[in-house]
Amino acid sequence: MEHYLSLAVKSIFVENMALAFFLGMCSFLAVSKKVKTAMGLGVAVIFVLAVTTPMNNLLLQYVLKPGALAWAGLGDMDLSFLGFLAYIGTIAAIVQIVEMTLDKYVPALYAALGVFLPLIAVNCAILGASLFMVERDYNLGESIVFGLGSGIGWALAIVALASIRERMRYSNVPGPLRGLGITFILTGLMAIGFMAFGGIQL
Amino acid sequence: MSNPLDPEKLFGKGAPLERLYPLFEATETIVLTPGKVTRGASHVRDALDLKRMMITVVVALVPAILFGIYNIGYQAHWAIEHGAEPLDTWQTQLFQLIGLQLRSDSILSCFTHGLLYYLPVMIVTGAIGGNLEALFAIIRKHEINEGFLVTWMLFPLILPPTIPLWQVGLGIAFAVIIAKEIFGGTGMNILNVALAGRAFLFFAYPAQMSGDKVWIAADTRVDGVSGATALANAAVGGLQALQTGTVTWWDAFLGFIPGSVGETSTLAALLGAVVLIATGVGSWRIMAGVVLGTIFSSGLLNLIGSSTNAFFDVPFWWHMVLGGWAFGMVFMATDPVSAAHSLTGKYVYGFFIGLLVVLIRVVNPAYPEGMMLAILFMNLFAAFIDYWIVQANIKRRAARYAA
Repeated sequence: MEHYLSLAVKSIFVENMALAFFLGMCSFLAVSKKVKTAMGLGVAVIFVLAVTTPMNNLLLQYVLKPGALAWAGLGDMDLSFLGFLAYIGTIAAIVQIVEMTLDKYVPALYAALGVFLPLIAVNCAILGASLFMVERDYNLGESIVFGLGSGIGWALAIVALASIRERMRYSNVPGPLRGLGITFILTGLMAIGFMAFGGIQL
Repeated sequence: MSNPLDPEKLFGKGAPLERLYPLFEATETIVLTPGKVTRGASHVRDALDLKRMMITVVVALVPAILFGIYNIGYQAHWAIEHGAEPLDTWQTQLFQLIGLQLRSDSILSCFTHGLLYYLPVMIVTGAIGGNLEALFAIIRKHEINEGFLVTWMLFPLILPPTIPLWQVGLGIAFAVIIAKEIFGGTGMNILNVALAGRAFLFFAYPAQMSGDKVWIAADTRVDGVSGATALANAAVGGLQALQTGTVTWWDAFLGFIPGSVGETSTLAALLGAVVLIATGVGSWRIMAGVVLGTIFSSGLLNLIGSSTNAFFDVPFWWHMVLGGWAFGMVFMATDPVSAAHSLTGKYVYGFFIGLLVVLIRVVNPAYPEGMMLAILFMNLFAAFIDYWIVQANIKRRAARYAA
């Protein structure tokens, strides 16, 4: 239990997807103008990450790893070269399901997220989490916690950025820096803030 | 009255020096009381303008500044009496030229020695930061704001006494430009300006900003004298190291410990807190939140305990007198711009600072001190706390009127 707790803390704060690895930057910068939309995208990313990471883990354990197909009597098969293809396929399928669900039940959020909802499929934070899972050899339980934690960390970062950007309506940013420019700088300053957790060994 | 040197003719609209109007305005409002009044429709009358608010903070800082200067000299002299060597710097040479003794029991001698370290840092901060502020004011056509006055006074106080002057300049330039002016100037920044500059130096030049060698203005490499801060000792040995060490709780409370210039004395910071709370400039809600958060998290860690990390056992009354806790709580966390703006939000904001500072100190082995990082981290979430509280209010009212 303690192990899972520290993995969660690590993936939310210490190794924050957005502000420690700078993954998922495109939607992080583009969909952070309003807190409500950012929250919606944050929840969608949490959901997608929490589902795809363990699913890809199962795929890895029972299909792709060298010797994973032993249950089908193909013990000497090594399909790990299909990894990228399989992971991104899973992700695309899940994102499609999320998109259809939102379209049906929360059309306002669906309209607000616009093109960035299907783009979650190519959000590097999502594929990044799956690849980290492979690299660090997580088991099923760990990958559930890791996917969920990474999603929460990313959502936390984008919600904080969005609320700062809403407050910045009162700021007087120099013309050339308005919009994306100041957001890049803001992301850097936020990363300094998140370095408070860098170095924690869990 | 016709005045050949009428400033309006020099600096007014269309006058030759119109671009330099911010400089004129700053000088005029500091030296004189201009008769200008607002001409628009709505006008709030309040004696507490930005200038008075900022100068109150500076007044509140005076005890910390004076004690800080004294403590630089006291720490250096104490270390030298216990076997350390004087630093090979112009400060030492000038000090010996004046003819004072390197003695820790002479207040004058300690104060003079401290002044030799404090003044250059303060002058560099003011010269570089002030000129950048004026430059931005002229180009971006806003007034020179008193906010910089506070940053100017705060910044030297949160640096180690031995910091190289070029780093001081670099740090204040980062603070003024990146943390403040590109957001539009005073009142529009997201992070606390002085702390952002310090954080930049902390991560860019750790050798001069952390460790055991920078807190005392004397060469402590010889045996017998430790240049480590009490907080660093506690990080290694926990409560036991604090109780058996040379520093007593009262030393730490009064400030006779090595550390950044202005942060060592809890008493001086509390005197500042009295001024800030009495005048209503600093938020007591934030301070109360920080105190509660610290008590809560250190109490929790005391209960949990740890066999490998002795720092878990350190109780809250030690956390409160070590490092930058008091100074950060009184002068940094209460910064009205970068803190949460809603009243309830201030409790939440303060509480999380208190919670995080203990967690960073105890759990994160990379940094022995956590006050700066805790405040910066919560600066990032201040806007979200406000958002959340406003939404809760909207929901509650909607429910009230629906019923």
